[in-house]
Amino acid sequence: MRRYWWKILSIVLLLYNCIAGLLVKLPQQVAYEESNMYESMRNFFFHVPMWFSQFILITVSLIYSIRYLRRSDLRQDWYAVEFARTATVLGCLGLVTGSIWSRYTWGAFWSNDPKQTGAAIALLIYFAYFILRNSMTDMDKRGRVAAVYNIFAYFLYIPLIFILPRMVESLHPGGLGTEGNPGLSGSSLDPKMRMIFWPGVLGWTLLGVWVTTLFYRVRLLEEKYATA
Amino acid sequence: MSTIFVLYLAMGQPEEKVWNGLFWMIQLFICVNAVAKSFLQESRGRMLYFYSIAGARDFIISKLLFNAVLMILMSLVSLVLFRLLLGDPLQNAGKFVGIVSLGGCSLSLVFTFLAAIAARAQQNAAMMAIMGFPLIIPMLLVLMKLSNTAFADVLQAGLWQLVLLMAGLDILVIALAIILFPFLWKD
Repeated sequence: MRRYWWKILSIVLLLYNCIAGLLVKLPQQVAYEESNMYESMRNFFFHVPMWFSQFILITVSLIYSIRYLRRSDLRQDWYAVEFARTATVLGCLGLVTGSIWSRYTWGAFWSNDPKQTGAAIALLIYFAYFILRNSMTDMDKRGRVAAVYNIFAYFLYIPLIFILPRMVESLHPGGLGTEGNPGLSGSSLDPKMRMIFWPGVLGWTLLGVWVTTLFYRVRLLEEKYATA
Repeated sequence: MSTIFVLYLAMGQPEEKVWNGLFWMIQLFICVNAVAKSFLQESRGRMLYFYSIAGARDFIISKLLFNAVLMILMSLVSLVLFRLLLGDPLQNAGKFVGIVSLGGCSLSLVFTFLAAIAARAQQNAAMMAIMGFPLIIPMLLVLMKLSNTAFADVLQAGLWQLVLLMAGLDILVIALAIILFPFLWKD
Protein backbone atom coordinates (compact mmCIF):
# COMPACT_ATOMS: atom_id res chain seq x y z
CA MET A 1 0.00 0.00 0.00
CA ARG A 2 2.77 2.37 0.91
CA ARG A 3 4.56 1.85 -2.40
CA TYR A 4 1.72 2.05 -4.83
CA TRP A 5 -0.61 4.61 -3.32
CA TRP A 6 0.23 7.05 -6.08
CA LYS A 7 -0.93 4.62 -8.73
CA ILE A 8 -4.32 4.43 -7.05
CA LEU A 9 -4.26 8.21 -6.70
CA SER A 10 -3.64 8.60 -10.42
CA ILE A 11 -6.61 6.37 -11.30
CA VAL A 12 -8.87 8.16 -8.84
CA LEU A 13 -7.81 11.56 -10.11
CA LEU A 14 -8.32 10.60 -13.75
CA LEU A 15 -11.75 9.10 -13.03
CA TYR A 16 -12.70 12.26 -11.16
CA ASN A 17 -11.31 14.35 -13.99
CA CYS A 18 -13.32 12.49 -16.64
CA ILE A 19 -16.59 12.41 -14.73
CA ALA A 20 -16.45 15.94 -13.41
CA GLY A 21 -15.13 17.24 -16.71
CA LEU A 22 -18.19 15.92 -18.50
CA LEU A 23 -20.71 16.94 -15.87
CA VAL A 24 -19.64 20.31 -14.51
CA LYS A 25 -21.55 23.40 -15.53
CA LEU A 26 -19.38 25.55 -17.79
CA PRO A 27 -18.90 29.22 -17.00
CA GLN A 28 -21.56 31.05 -18.98
CA GLN A 29 -19.38 33.98 -19.89
CA VAL A 30 -16.31 32.23 -21.24
CA ALA A 31 -17.97 29.35 -23.03
CA TYR A 32 -21.01 31.05 -24.52
CA GLU A 33 -20.79 34.80 -24.54
CA GLU A 34 -17.18 35.53 -25.44
CA SER A 35 -16.35 32.62 -27.67
CA ASN A 36 -17.76 30.02 -30.00
CA MET A 37 -16.65 27.06 -27.93
CA TYR A 38 -19.88 26.20 -26.13
CA GLU A 39 -19.85 22.65 -24.82
CA SER A 40 -16.68 21.78 -26.73
CA MET A 41 -14.87 23.73 -24.04
CA ARG A 42 -15.00 20.58 -21.97
CA ASN A 43 -12.12 19.30 -24.08
CA PHE A 44 -10.02 21.70 -22.06
CA PHE A 45 -10.20 19.30 -19.12
CA PHE A 46 -8.65 16.49 -21.15
CA HIS A 47 -6.58 18.05 -23.90
CA VAL A 48 -4.60 20.62 -21.92
CA PRO A 49 -3.59 18.29 -19.02
CA MET A 50 -2.14 15.92 -21.64
CA TRP A 51 0.17 18.62 -22.97
CA PHE A 52 1.03 19.71 -19.46
CA SER A 53 2.05 16.23 -18.43
CA GLN A 54 3.86 15.73 -21.73
CA PHE A 55 5.94 18.76 -20.87
CA ILE A 56 6.56 17.56 -17.31
CA LEU A 57 7.66 14.14 -18.57
CA ILE A 58 10.09 15.49 -21.18
CA THR A 59 11.55 17.68 -18.46
CA VAL A 60 12.11 14.56 -16.36
CA SER A 61 13.65 12.91 -19.41
CA LEU A 62 15.98 15.89 -19.76
CA ILE A 63 17.08 15.54 -16.14
CA TYR A 64 17.88 11.86 -16.65
CA SER A 65 19.84 12.69 -19.81
CA ILE A 66 21.93 15.21 -17.89
CA ARG A 67 22.49 12.67 -15.14
CA TYR A 68 23.55 10.10 -17.70
CA LEU A 69 26.14 12.45 -19.16
CA ARG A 70 27.52 13.09 -15.70
CA ARG A 71 27.64 9.52 -14.48
CA SER A 72 27.65 7.26 -17.53
CA ASP A 73 25.22 4.94 -15.80
CA LEU A 74 23.16 3.14 -18.46
CA ARG A 75 20.08 2.97 -16.25
CA GLN A 76 19.77 6.76 -16.37
CA ASP A 77 19.78 6.54 -20.13
CA TRP A 78 16.96 3.98 -20.11
CA TYR A 79 14.92 6.19 -17.85
CA ALA A 80 15.48 9.11 -20.21
CA VAL A 81 14.28 7.09 -23.21
CA GLU A 82 11.24 5.68 -21.51
CA PHE A 83 10.15 9.05 -20.17
CA ALA A 84 10.59 10.58 -23.61
CA ARG A 85 8.56 7.75 -25.11
CA THR A 86 5.64 8.11 -22.71
CA ALA A 87 5.75 11.88 -23.20
CA THR A 88 5.55 11.42 -26.96
CA VAL A 89 2.52 9.15 -26.60
CA LEU A 90 0.86 11.79 -24.42
CA GLY A 91 1.77 14.41 -27.01
CA CYS A 92 0.11 12.31 -29.72
CA LEU A 93 -2.99 12.02 -27.54
CA GLY A 94 -2.91 15.79 -27.03
CA LEU A 95 -2.67 16.34 -30.77
CA VAL A 96 -5.52 13.93 -31.49
CA THR A 97 -7.86 15.38 -28.85
CA GLY A 98 -6.95 18.84 -30.11
CA SER A 99 -7.80 17.97 -33.67
CA ILE A 100 -11.07 16.28 -32.71
CA TRP A 101 -11.96 19.46 -30.86
CA SER A 102 -10.99 21.59 -33.83
CA ARG A 103 -13.21 19.46 -36.06
CA TYR A 104 -16.20 20.75 -34.12
CA THR A 105 -15.02 24.24 -33.35
CA TRP A 106 -13.04 25.24 -36.42
CA GLY A 107 -14.68 22.87 -38.87
CA ALA A 108 -11.75 20.68 -39.86
CA PHE A 109 -9.47 18.14 -38.22
CA TRP A 110 -6.44 19.97 -39.52
CA SER A 111 -6.54 23.62 -40.41
CA ASN A 112 -2.83 24.51 -40.45
CA ASP A 113 -3.18 26.70 -37.44
CA PRO A 114 0.23 27.75 -36.02
CA LYS A 115 -0.56 25.88 -32.82
CA GLN A 116 -1.26 22.66 -34.68
CA THR A 117 1.88 22.93 -36.78
CA GLY A 118 3.88 23.77 -33.68
CA ALA A 119 2.59 20.71 -31.87
CA ALA A 120 3.30 18.50 -34.86
CA ILE A 121 6.86 19.83 -35.12
CA ALA A 122 7.34 19.24 -31.41
CA LEU A 123 6.43 15.60 -31.91
CA LEU A 124 8.75 15.33 -34.92
CA ILE A 125 11.64 16.52 -32.74
CA TYR A 126 11.09 13.59 -30.42
CA PHE A 127 10.56 11.11 -33.24
CA ALA A 128 13.98 12.21 -34.49
CA TYR A 129 15.35 11.41 -31.03
CA PHE A 130 14.18 7.79 -31.26
CA ILE A 131 15.45 7.41 -34.82
CA LEU A 132 18.82 8.81 -33.78
CA ARG A 133 19.02 6.36 -30.88
CA ASN A 134 18.16 3.39 -33.00
CA SER A 135 20.69 4.27 -35.66
CA MET A 136 23.56 3.33 -33.34
CA THR A 137 24.43 -0.03 -31.91
CA ASP A 138 27.15 0.66 -29.41
CA MET A 139 25.35 1.15 -26.10
CA ASP A 140 27.68 3.71 -24.58
CA LYS A 141 27.96 5.86 -27.64
CA ARG A 142 24.24 5.60 -28.32
CA GLY A 143 23.40 6.79 -24.84
CA ARG A 144 25.79 9.69 -25.01
CA VAL A 145 24.80 10.95 -28.44
CA ALA A 146 21.10 10.54 -27.70
CA ALA A 147 21.46 12.37 -24.40
CA VAL A 148 23.26 15.24 -26.10
CA TYR A 149 20.53 15.50 -28.71
CA ASN A 150 17.83 15.27 -26.05
CA ILE A 151 19.28 18.21 -24.13
CA PHE A 152 19.85 20.25 -27.28
CA ALA A 153 16.35 19.55 -28.59
CA TYR A 154 14.70 20.37 -25.28
CA PHE A 155 16.19 23.84 -25.19
CA LEU A 156 15.16 24.57 -28.76
CA TYR A 157 11.73 23.13 -28.04
CA ILE A 158 10.97 25.69 -25.34
CA PRO A 159 11.00 28.71 -27.66
CA LEU A 160 8.89 26.74 -30.10
CA ILE A 161 6.19 26.02 -27.55
CA PHE A 162 6.33 29.01 -25.23
CA ILE A 163 7.59 31.98 -27.22
CA LEU A 164 6.54 31.53 -30.83
CA PRO A 165 2.83 30.99 -30.06
CA ARG A 166 2.79 34.39 -28.42
CA MET A 167 4.00 36.00 -31.62
CA VAL A 168 1.74 34.62 -34.30
CA GLU A 169 -1.95 34.98 -34.83
CA SER A 170 -3.86 31.84 -34.07
CA LEU A 171 -7.39 30.64 -33.70
CA HIS A 172 -6.47 28.63 -30.64
CA PRO A 173 -8.24 29.74 -27.45
CA GLY A 174 -6.12 32.24 -25.61
CA GLY A 175 -4.10 32.72 -28.77
CA LEU A 176 -5.90 35.69 -30.26
CA GLY A 177 -3.75 38.67 -31.08
CA THR A 178 -0.13 39.02 -30.21
CA GLU A 179 -0.57 38.68 -26.47
CA GLY A 180 -1.76 35.12 -26.81
CA ASN A 181 -0.95 32.38 -24.41
CA PRO A 182 0.23 28.94 -25.46
CA GLY A 183 -3.06 27.62 -24.10
CA LEU A 184 -6.07 29.11 -22.45
CA SER A 185 -5.16 32.17 -20.47
CA GLY A 186 -5.34 31.64 -16.74
CA SER A 187 -7.75 34.48 -16.19
CA SER A 188 -10.54 32.78 -18.10
CA LEU A 189 -10.60 29.88 -15.67
CA ASP A 190 -13.00 30.03 -12.81
CA PRO A 191 -12.12 28.28 -9.53
CA LYS A 192 -14.47 25.40 -10.27
CA MET A 193 -12.72 24.61 -13.55
CA ARG A 194 -9.37 24.85 -11.87
CA MET A 195 -10.49 22.22 -9.37
CA ILE A 196 -10.98 19.81 -12.26
CA PHE A 197 -8.07 20.90 -14.40
CA TRP A 198 -5.16 20.57 -11.95
CA PRO A 199 -6.11 17.10 -10.68
CA GLY A 200 -6.22 16.13 -14.36
CA VAL A 201 -2.65 17.35 -14.85
CA LEU A 202 -1.49 15.47 -11.78
CA GLY A 203 -3.42 12.35 -12.78
CA TRP A 204 -1.98 12.22 -16.30
CA THR A 205 1.52 12.86 -15.01
CA LEU A 206 1.28 10.07 -12.44
CA LEU A 207 -0.14 7.72 -15.06
CA GLY A 208 2.76 8.67 -17.34
CA VAL A 209 5.28 7.91 -14.60
CA TRP A 210 3.55 4.60 -13.92
CA VAL A 211 3.65 3.53 -17.58
CA THR A 212 7.27 4.64 -17.78
CA THR A 213 8.36 2.59 -14.78
CA LEU A 214 6.63 -0.45 -16.28
CA PHE A 215 8.53 -0.08 -19.53
CA TYR A 216 11.71 0.54 -17.61
CA ARG A 217 11.28 -2.71 -15.72
CA VAL A 218 10.63 -4.58 -18.96
CA ARG A 219 13.88 -3.17 -20.27
CA LEU A 220 15.75 -4.22 -17.15
CA LEU A 221 14.44 -7.77 -17.54
CA GLU A 222 15.40 -7.80 -21.21
CA GLU A 223 18.93 -6.75 -20.32
CA LYS A 224 19.11 -9.42 -17.66
CA TYR A 225 18.14 -12.15 -20.13
CA ALA A 226 20.43 -10.76 -22.78
CA THR A 227 23.44 -10.95 -20.52
CA ALA A 228 22.53 -14.22 -18.79
CA MET B 1 24.21 29.17 -57.40
CA SER B 2 22.89 26.91 -60.11
CA THR B 3 19.73 26.38 -58.05
CA ILE B 4 19.13 30.11 -58.06
CA PHE B 5 19.62 30.20 -61.81
CA VAL B 6 17.18 27.32 -62.27
CA LEU B 7 14.72 29.17 -60.05
CA TYR B 8 15.14 32.22 -62.26
CA LEU B 9 14.46 30.18 -65.36
CA ALA B 10 11.41 28.61 -63.78
CA MET B 11 9.87 31.54 -62.00
CA GLY B 12 10.97 34.70 -63.75
CA GLN B 13 10.31 37.44 -61.26
CA PRO B 14 8.05 36.27 -58.45
CA GLU B 15 6.11 38.50 -56.11
CA GLU B 16 7.32 39.47 -52.65
CA LYS B 17 6.02 36.63 -50.54
CA VAL B 18 7.18 33.98 -52.95
CA TRP B 19 10.51 35.73 -53.27
CA ASN B 20 10.95 35.67 -49.52
CA GLY B 21 9.91 32.04 -49.17
CA LEU B 22 12.19 30.93 -52.00
CA PHE B 23 15.08 32.89 -50.57
CA TRP B 24 14.94 31.17 -47.20
CA MET B 25 14.44 27.76 -48.76
CA ILE B 26 17.61 28.30 -50.76
CA GLN B 27 19.42 29.44 -47.61
CA LEU B 28 18.34 26.26 -45.87
CA PHE B 29 19.72 24.05 -48.64
CA ILE B 30 22.94 26.02 -48.94
CA CYS B 31 23.36 25.64 -45.22
CA VAL B 32 22.70 21.90 -45.18
CA ASN B 33 25.15 21.38 -48.01
CA ALA B 34 27.92 23.68 -46.86
CA VAL B 35 27.81 23.22 -43.11
CA ALA B 36 26.91 19.58 -42.90
CA LYS B 37 29.99 18.73 -44.91
CA SER B 38 32.25 20.29 -42.32
CA PHE B 39 31.93 17.31 -40.01
CA LEU B 40 30.83 14.56 -42.34
CA GLN B 41 33.77 14.92 -44.67
CA GLU B 42 36.45 14.76 -42.03
CA SER B 43 38.20 11.45 -42.03
CA ARG B 44 38.85 9.57 -38.82
CA GLY B 45 42.53 10.22 -39.10
CA ARG B 46 42.10 13.94 -39.36
CA MET B 47 39.71 13.98 -36.40
CA LEU B 48 42.36 12.21 -34.38
CA TYR B 49 44.89 14.81 -35.46
CA PHE B 50 42.60 17.64 -34.36
CA TYR B 51 42.06 15.81 -31.13
CA SER B 52 45.76 15.71 -30.45
CA ILE B 53 46.40 19.38 -31.13
CA ALA B 54 43.30 21.03 -29.65
CA GLY B 55 40.76 20.53 -26.89
CA ALA B 56 37.12 19.77 -27.59
CA ARG B 57 35.96 23.27 -26.62
CA ASP B 58 38.43 25.05 -28.88
CA PHE B 59 37.55 22.70 -31.68
CA ILE B 60 33.79 23.30 -31.56
CA ILE B 61 34.22 27.05 -31.11
CA SER B 62 36.43 27.25 -34.16
CA LYS B 63 34.02 25.12 -36.16
CA LEU B 64 31.08 27.31 -35.15
CA LEU B 65 32.97 30.50 -36.00
CA PHE B 66 34.20 29.24 -39.34
CA ASN B 67 30.79 27.96 -40.39
CA ALA B 68 29.03 31.14 -39.27
CA VAL B 69 31.39 33.30 -41.33
CA LEU B 70 31.15 30.93 -44.29
CA MET B 71 27.36 30.90 -44.15
CA ILE B 72 27.09 34.68 -43.84
CA LEU B 73 29.27 35.06 -46.94
CA MET B 74 27.26 32.45 -48.84
CA SER B 75 23.95 34.08 -47.96
CA LEU B 76 25.18 37.50 -48.97
CA VAL B 77 26.35 36.13 -52.33
CA SER B 78 23.02 34.43 -52.87
CA LEU B 79 21.22 37.63 -51.88
CA VAL B 80 23.10 39.52 -54.58
CA LEU B 81 22.23 36.83 -57.12
CA PHE B 82 18.61 36.85 -56.02
CA ARG B 83 18.36 40.58 -56.50
CA LEU B 84 20.03 40.35 -59.89
CA LEU B 85 18.01 37.49 -61.28
CA LEU B 86 14.71 37.30 -59.46
CA GLY B 87 13.94 40.99 -59.26
CA ASP B 88 14.30 43.37 -56.39
CA PRO B 89 11.17 43.72 -54.27
CA LEU B 90 13.10 44.99 -51.25
CA GLN B 91 12.01 48.33 -49.87
CA ASN B 92 14.53 48.32 -47.11
CA ALA B 93 17.65 46.65 -48.38
CA GLY B 94 19.90 47.53 -45.44
CA LYS B 95 17.57 45.91 -42.97
CA PHE B 96 17.28 42.83 -45.12
CA VAL B 97 21.04 42.45 -45.35
CA GLY B 98 21.20 42.58 -41.55
CA ILE B 99 18.46 39.99 -41.21
CA VAL B 100 20.15 37.75 -43.77
CA SER B 101 23.45 37.86 -41.90
CA LEU B 102 21.76 37.11 -38.60
CA GLY B 103 19.70 34.34 -40.16
CA GLY B 104 22.64 32.76 -41.98
CA CYS B 105 24.60 32.82 -38.76
CA SER B 106 21.80 31.14 -36.74
CA LEU B 107 21.17 28.49 -39.37
CA SER B 108 24.83 27.61 -39.55
CA LEU B 109 25.18 27.38 -35.75
CA VAL B 110 22.31 24.93 -35.39
CA PHE B 111 23.43 22.84 -38.33
CA THR B 112 27.04 22.77 -37.20
CA PHE B 113 26.06 21.22 -33.91
CA LEU B 114 23.62 18.82 -35.54
CA ALA B 115 26.33 17.79 -37.96
CA ALA B 116 28.56 17.07 -34.99
CA ILE B 117 25.85 14.79 -33.58
CA ALA B 118 25.14 13.19 -36.94
CA ALA B 119 28.81 12.50 -37.54
CA ARG B 120 28.69 10.24 -34.49
CA ALA B 121 25.72 8.27 -35.79
CA GLN B 122 25.68 6.04 -38.81
CA GLN B 123 23.80 7.09 -41.96
CA ASN B 124 24.91 10.65 -41.40
CA ALA B 125 23.27 12.53 -44.22
CA ALA B 126 19.84 11.06 -43.54
CA MET B 127 20.21 11.77 -39.82
CA MET B 128 20.98 15.40 -40.60
CA ALA B 129 17.68 15.78 -42.40
CA ILE B 130 15.64 13.96 -39.77
CA MET B 131 17.08 15.89 -36.84
CA GLY B 132 17.57 19.19 -38.59
CA PHE B 133 14.24 20.02 -40.12
CA PRO B 134 12.00 19.98 -37.05
CA LEU B 135 14.57 21.97 -35.08
CA ILE B 136 15.15 24.54 -37.78
CA ILE B 137 11.49 25.25 -38.61
CA PRO B 138 10.87 27.54 -35.61
CA MET B 139 13.97 29.53 -36.55
CA LEU B 140 12.90 29.78 -40.17
CA LEU B 141 9.44 30.96 -39.08
CA VAL B 142 10.94 33.78 -37.04
CA LEU B 143 13.31 34.66 -39.88
CA MET B 144 10.56 34.81 -42.48
CA LYS B 145 8.45 36.95 -40.19
CA LEU B 146 11.42 39.22 -39.65
CA SER B 147 12.31 39.49 -43.29
CA ASN B 148 8.72 40.19 -44.29
CA THR B 149 9.15 43.52 -42.54
CA ALA B 150 11.86 44.47 -45.01
CA PHE B 151 9.33 44.52 -47.85
CA ALA B 152 7.39 47.41 -46.42
CA ASP B 153 8.52 50.86 -45.53
CA VAL B 154 6.63 51.08 -42.28
CA LEU B 155 8.45 50.14 -39.16
CA GLN B 156 6.54 47.36 -37.47
CA ALA B 157 6.25 46.99 -33.75
CA GLY B 158 7.89 43.99 -32.18
CA LEU B 159 10.72 43.89 -34.69
CA TRP B 160 13.43 44.30 -32.10
CA GLN B 161 11.78 41.71 -29.95
CA LEU B 162 12.17 39.21 -32.77
CA VAL B 163 15.76 40.22 -33.43
CA LEU B 164 16.52 39.78 -29.75
CA LEU B 165 14.82 36.40 -29.79
CA MET B 166 17.00 35.27 -32.69
CA ALA B 167 20.15 36.58 -31.03
CA GLY B 168 19.13 34.89 -27.79
CA LEU B 169 18.63 31.60 -29.62
CA ASP B 170 22.08 31.95 -31.18
CA ILE B 171 23.69 32.48 -27.80
CA LEU B 172 21.75 29.52 -26.42
CA VAL B 173 22.95 27.28 -29.24
CA ILE B 174 26.56 28.37 -28.78
CA ALA B 175 26.40 27.78 -25.03
CA LEU B 176 24.83 24.35 -25.46
CA ALA B 177 27.36 23.41 -28.10
CA ILE B 178 30.28 24.38 -25.87
CA ILE B 179 28.86 22.50 -22.90
CA LEU B 180 27.73 19.39 -24.74
CA PHE B 181 30.40 18.90 -27.38
CA PRO B 182 33.07 17.40 -25.07
CA PHE B 183 30.67 14.50 -24.42
CA LEU B 184 30.38 13.78 -28.12
CA TRP B 185 34.07 14.09 -28.65
CA LYS B 186 35.54 11.45 -26.37
CA ASP B 187 35.58 8.13 -28.08
